[in-house]
Amino acid sequence: MDKTLHPVTLDRDLCTGCTTCVKRCPTEAIRVRNKHAIILHDRCIVCSECIRLCPAHAKKAQVDKLADALAAHPYTVALVPPVLYAQFSGLRDRNIALTALLQLGFHAVFEVAEAAEAISAATQEAYQSGALDTPLISSSCPTVRRIIRARFPSLLSSLLPFHSPMELAARAARQRAAEATGLPPGDIGCVYLSPCPAAAAEMCDPLCCDSSAVSAVVSIAELYPRLLTQIKKVTQPQILATASPRGIGWGVSGGESRASFEHVAYLAGDGMENILQTLENVENQQFSTVKFYEFSPCTAGCAGGALTVENPFIARTRLSRIMAHPTELAPHAPIDPALLRWERHMAPAPVLRLGGSIADAMAKLRRIQEQENRFIGMDCGACGAPSCHALAEDIVEGMANEDQCIFLMREKLQKRLYGRQSDL
Amino acid sequence: MDSLELTYQVPGDDFSRAGEASSAVKRTLKTLGFPPDLIRRIAIAMYEAEINMVIHADGGVVTARISPELVEVSFADVGPGIPDIDLAMQEGYSTASEQVRDLGFGAGMGLPNMKKYADDMTITTTVGVGTTVLLQFQIA
Repeated sequence: MDKTLHPVTLDRDLCTGCTTCVKRCPTEAIRVRNKHAIILHDRCIVCSECIRLCPAHAKKAQVDKLADALAAHPYTVALVPPVLYAQFSGLRDRNIALTALLQLGFHAVFEVAEAAEAISAATQEAYQSGALDTPLISSSCPTVRRIIRARFPSLLSSLLPFHSPMELAARAARQRAAEATGLPPGDIGCVYLSPCPAAAAEMCDPLCCDSSAVSAVVSIAELYPRLLTQIKKVTQPQILATASPRGIGWGVSGGESRASFEHVAYLAGDGMENILQTLENVENQQFSTVKFYEFSPCTAGCAGGALTVENPFIARTRLSRIMAHPTELAPHAPIDPALLRWERHMAPAPVLRLGGSIADAMAKLRRIQEQENRFIGMDCGACGAPSCHALAEDIVEGMANEDQCIFLMREKLQKRLYGRQSDL
Repeated sequence: MDSLELTYQVPGDDFSRAGEASSAVKRTLKTLGFPPDLIRRIAIAMYEAEINMVIHADGGVVTARISPELVEVSFADVGPGIPDIDLAMQEGYSTASEQVRDLGFGAGMGLPNMKKYADDMTITTTVGVGTTVLLQFQIA
């Protein structure tokens, strides 16, 4: 995948300019101009809200094609997240799906749940030794890290300083494959079978390391039909699984909390609106007893990712059945704990901040308020901005003009035509 | 440079709405580019103060004055007033009702926490008339 491409793109032919995405974007990163949405990529946190909500299905996730991902390296490992298993009705033995992946052309498989377990173990150890200040916030979800960086920068220091399961799995998988095959690490491709486009954002622009160990991100939705057919053909599954049920549980909201903080007060929230509100509460220090927060922007957790095919709630139930199924595990060496730690800390990226010094920003805010007072406050979206306030901001920033407000425009026309103002 | 003034009503009978003024001020401060740690201190202290107004004074009025050097927030209520400020400042001292404590509030940490997170706190109170708490936050 071209790493300069943004993971969320627009199909202009399909976009009707309806402003659904504009109004629901949590970082106000979309505007409608000339009847089409445009994405302000600097602001996008790759949360998939617009992909899910678009009635015309004009928002697309930009990820790698399976065929390209398989052809890019001499040796390719599939990084398999727990939610992949939950897509298939009746599948209980993970070894069947893993065997089918080998038959589709992968040379090896690596369960991301194994990496998740290693993170849980390290988290427990760090928590019990008092090495980390509480409350802690899970850093597993790339979008949560981007939300915090953009909207709640004061909480950056609370993020658990460990790689996401995807990133850790890629690092461990490459190490294991190099040892097993004797190939140079550069010849080993690590392909994440992803439930969401945020994984691609994390691969192209990793926030906590200089470069990601993931070589390609393929969507579960693309893989699904081929894997479904292949799964049906598996008669003798190989023993390939390495993760225990605790790691598999990470595929749904609350899974990480249960695995890492079973006996400690935790809060696991899902759904974008809910988690934004809860992050406000966390910033106000409203929950004094909670030691760990796990947030999933997607409803039900990764099971609700925009690149999955199954209903999130069915997937959630299925995952618990899979966890309960006794699965034979392949012997494996533990993941090297040295691979876990972030290589660098995240800097704030306050996307909604007005530029310049505080004094400059105050002057700007005043002009924005004056501008906003001229609008009727209907937040109708006809101008292409998410709210009257956002249009006022765009005008002051030089990105829009007052004539985009249809009410002010009507007033202007009425004045010119009839010499009087609108009653509205 | 004159300051920016924001005013909010805190309703008296609704714990779930306490924190709204804090969140609104926080949003403005983030827009203006104040340092994250300062914003967090302000948010925590404001939330404590809002909760206090709900518990003890049937709500009140929050006024935030923002300038590049100083953020000042006042909490004015027409509640019962504080008879003994030194006592009220002691950690763990609370006059909250049992019902309020059952809700998880009234641990006697409100005023001490406000003092801890603010750079300066001034309490003006008259028994039977009301209380105004002024919190000041310096921008380093």
